[in-house]
Amino acid sequence: MLKVDNINVFYGVIHAIKNVSLEVKEGEIVSLIGANGAGKTSTLQAISGMLKPKSGSVSFMGEDLNKVESYDILKMGMAHVPEGRRVFAGMSVKENLEMGAYTRKDQNEINDNLERVFMRFPRLLERKKQLAGTLSGGEQQMLAIGRAIMSNPKMLLLDEPSMGLSPLLVKEIFSIIKELNESGMTILLVEQNAKKALSISNRAYVLETGKIVLEGDAKELMENDAVKKAYLGG
Amino acid sequence: MEFIQQVINGLQLGSIYALVALGYTMVYGIIKLINFAHGEIIMVGAYIALTSVSFLVQMGLPIWLCVFVAVVFCAILGILTERIAYRPLRNSPRLTSLITAIGISFLLQNAFMLIYSPTPKPFPKMVTAAPITVGSLQISMSALLTIVISIVIMLVLQIFIQKNRLGKAMRAVSEDYGAAQLMGININHTISLTFAIGSGLAAVAAIFYCMSYPLVEYTMGTMLGLKAFVAAVLGGIGVIPGAMIGGLVLGIVESLTKAYISTQLADAVTFGVLIVVLIFRPAGIMGKNTKEKV
Repeated sequence: MLKVDNINVFYGVIHAIKNVSLEVKEGEIVSLIGANGAGKTSTLQAISGMLKPKSGSVSFMGEDLNKVESYDILKMGMAHVPEGRRVFAGMSVKENLEMGAYTRKDQNEINDNLERVFMRFPRLLERKKQLAGTLSGGEQQMLAIGRAIMSNPKMLLLDEPSMGLSPLLVKEIFSIIKELNESGMTILLVEQNAKKALSISNRAYVLETGKIVLEGDAKELMENDAVKKAYLGG
Repeated sequence: MEFIQQVINGLQLGSIYALVALGYTMVYGIIKLINFAHGEIIMVGAYIALTSVSFLVQMGLPIWLCVFVAVVFCAILGILTERIAYRPLRNSPRLTSLITAIGISFLLQNAFMLIYSPTPKPFPKMVTAAPITVGSLQISMSALLTIVISIVIMLVLQIFIQKNRLGKAMRAVSEDYGAAQLMGININHTISLTFAIGSGLAAVAAIFYCMSYPLVEYTMGTMLGLKAFVAAVLGGIGVIPGAMIGGLVLGIVESLTKAYISTQLADAVTFGVLIVVLIFRPAGIMGKNTKEKV
């Protein structure tokens, strides 16, 4: 479904992503794990068009994303929940969700999706009229995910959804990710919480200083000594 | 009665400031640029309206149609300045675009001075209806039109920003343009739309201004633009209702100062008000308190 082939990303002279290739098949949860600054976020941004890779290609459902304007990528069915949630703080919860459906024209479909998001996240319904900036971190993360699924994406890119959340909320967020996957969404997950990420993933890639150093079945990686040592706390 | 008369004068002037201030504040809200060329759009609007009047008269059409010619011309000019001058600098330091804006301002002034000569030109009388008398109050038709139409425009704009899909997209882009892009919003189109609306409003302001001060010259946008900028800052730059309030407050202060304190000190008082407000409310009257939960 998603194929990333040898991409390179630079920030000025810094070579942040070096020949990264990865693949996500339909229906999978694939996670991208690694330490701070390994290039996980940059990789996701290069996929969703927030960054333009200097070389290499990204293709989604057979189409070359380099040739697509970045604001059209969502229309093709790929939504991205960015790092740090980035909800529109000065807009209400409902307006944030409506922005998620910006590319959708059918009002009935939008209303259905809105209802579905409210059913999945009852907290958001309670706070429908509240400004997003006044929500707690966990609620903002739910809003960010809710906003992304308002467009009925086929694939969801999630960047550090557990960042800064309490263990209880982390658990909740991961079970939501699993549910979304079971309802048919393909998921590419970037996480520092490697243990949690691997526990719900089919496959995973390990990124170190801009390069993929390991890849494979999530269960196997959990047993891998190097991974255990570096990311799973022994 | 004299006092109410002065307040009405103030509202008339303030509506003009508010219309121009909206352009400053909307552009600032979306690309964080103080568009110092915005004042010149008023001047351009006035010259274009003036030129179109003679064509309209020749064609036997009513001269108030010049408003539409000026609005369309200025909207296109606004889009073009953004496209040509500011867009290539979008990722450069803010100072670079600020200096570019000042450059555009001089460019427009000098271009229009060359085209129309430096001699001020009279603007034809557009409103000939007699003033309305209420008791001992006399309200000129141009004051009434300026205030009423400005208020209607501002209400429509507010509804557009709050309820319309494109209006919401403008707010989303001004909040976080990376995230807005992830929502599938075309950032460039949204920014162009903002410039078009802001410049169109400046053209309307130009016509209202010429209705009470019927003289068009190439420097007319400078002071007017500066005061509207003050109004935008006073109200809270980036906040749309703030520009409206700021404009009206500034207009009333100026008019009352002229009537009761001193005509010569009017500008000093205007800028003094800005300083005092900013001491107590650094973000402006309606400025956002930027403490947000992270």
